[in-house]
Amino acid sequence: MSIVIFGLMRLAPGNIVDILFGSAGYVNEADKQLIMQELGIDRPIWVQYLHWLRDIVSGEMGKSYRYDLPAWQIIKPLIPVTVELAVISTVIAVCLGVPAGVISAVRQDTALDYGLRLLSLAGLSMPSFWLGMVIILTLVAWIGWIPPVTYVPVTENLPIHLVQFLLPGLAVGYRSSALIMRITRSTVLEVLREDYIRTAWAKGQSGRVVIWRHALGNAFLPIVTVIGIEFAFLIGGLVVTETVFNLPGVARFLVQAILWRDYPIVQNLVMFIAIVVILSNLLVDLLYGWLDPRVRFAG
Amino acid sequence: MPTVLGRFCRKKPLGAAGGALMLLMVFTAVLAGPLSTHDPIATDAGHTLAPPGSRHWLGSDHLGRDIYSRIIHGARVSLIVGVVSTLFGSVLGGIIGLLSAYVGGKTDLLSQRLLDILQGLPLLVLALVMSAALGPSLTNVIIAISVPIIPRAARVIRSSVLSIREMQYVEAARALGLGHLRLAFRHVMPNTIGPFIVLTTAQLGSAVLVEASLSFLGLGVPEPYPSWGRMLSVSAAEYARNAPWLVLFPGITISLAVFGSNLLGDALRDTLDPRLRGA
Repeated sequence: MSIVIFGLMRLAPGNIVDILFGSAGYVNEADKQLIMQELGIDRPIWVQYLHWLRDIVSGEMGKSYRYDLPAWQIIKPLIPVTVELAVISTVIAVCLGVPAGVISAVRQDTALDYGLRLLSLAGLSMPSFWLGMVIILTLVAWIGWIPPVTYVPVTENLPIHLVQFLLPGLAVGYRSSALIMRITRSTVLEVLREDYIRTAWAKGQSGRVVIWRHALGNAFLPIVTVIGIEFAFLIGGLVVTETVFNLPGVARFLVQAILWRDYPIVQNLVMFIAIVVILSNLLVDLLYGWLDPRVRFAG
Repeated sequence: MPTVLGRFCRKKPLGAAGGALMLLMVFTAVLAGPLSTHDPIATDAGHTLAPPGSRHWLGSDHLGRDIYSRIIHGARVSLIVGVVSTLFGSVLGGIIGLLSAYVGGKTDLLSQRLLDILQGLPLLVLALVMSAALGPSLTNVIIAISVPIIPRAARVIRSSVLSIREMQYVEAARALGLGHLRLAFRHVMPNTIGPFIVLTTAQLGSAVLVEASLSFLGLGVPEPYPSWGRMLSVSAAEYARNAPWLVLFPGITISLAVFGSNLLGDALRDTLDPRLRGA
């Protein structure tokens, strides 16, 4: 994994020194060499790779070329912003997606079902950053309220902070909810055809108990899988959404670092994202055993 | 063929609508020249940020460029990038999947682990890093978008080859003494065409979306090509408060294109792969 990420970054034509000097307009070869030496990018590629690995293991994660600080020090304060946004989006996605999927399955082939399915497909089709822009524009046009351009921490003003996260959360969450709704619908449809559901109906249990307890209980496994997979997509969606809403998170910083060719930052951020994705997949696997005793005993 | 098409339209009206939408997009892209009213890259200082009207049907941007003509021409870039990168990624991934499943053993294991690594990254993040590394150009954007598609395609084709490989007709062909390559490409591959079509229509929408996101971030197709994502980029966002049409129309076009391919993809999947019906 680390080799792939490292290799990808070194494909880039041009380096930070060229960019730094490019803006100055005047290049002194000796100065250039000195800076390259200081940053360690004059050494062979494999030496740079080993240095990077050492930095990761030591927890320092390399040094940013641009800010002249250890990468970890810059990334660390950005993590809570992205985590908060990811959690809010996931909560919104689950709260919208699961009920919509169940309703759509129970009312299969009615106008409501078609409406909900079209709505979810529309969600999959809209770029989340565009949805974010439209949300902001609508707010401005209807209430004349302009969301603050700069980031407001929780401690400063709680309501504005919440709005600042809810809007992008909605834009990202709507898209994710579409996938969750589709998988919920299809698994609930499948489960509803099973014998034990008929038994539950025959016992005279109310529709609500049958659907939400008996059916959803068994349909939950694929849903959890999709939520786990969705998490990876979510991070991709955050890249653009954080840029649109100007939230100082990891994803927005990744874009800036890419534009700056700040290899240590980009490498570490991409590595970080990969680790988060792998961990979330692992978490889903562990959740299986907890949610479904059959998996636990089989293993 | 007409009856097949007719049956598809009757059974899957939504899918047919999606197909019609896609046809319309292709039509627009091909006939971009005669369909547009202005030169898509000509600036007009006298008519900047003009609202939609008879002169500029969908308004003009901050440089006085006609939004309608830019969207029409943008269809070319967005569709070419979308279609070519989807095909490139799916074909390459498909061949990897086919060979890895056919050969099996250590080759299969190794290629699967490699693809796992590639798939560990979100599509957009991988495309972002790739396009940044390669530099902005039409070809590089296509490569950047197709690479993340490879592992997804390989997985789909691999799983279908794994079951086809064990079928009796393959055994019969092997008993006739056919070579491995001929067996893999002539006898096994044609039976993966169903999943392949489903896969490509499903990926087309996300390829168009990724292209839009890349261009939006300024890492996509470079100027002066008008692309839908670029039309929404930061400079458009600055003027959006006074000129919402700058943001509205390109976004609607992207959504419609992706919506069309999603509708068509869903309907094709239902028709070609009954196991997934309703999913």
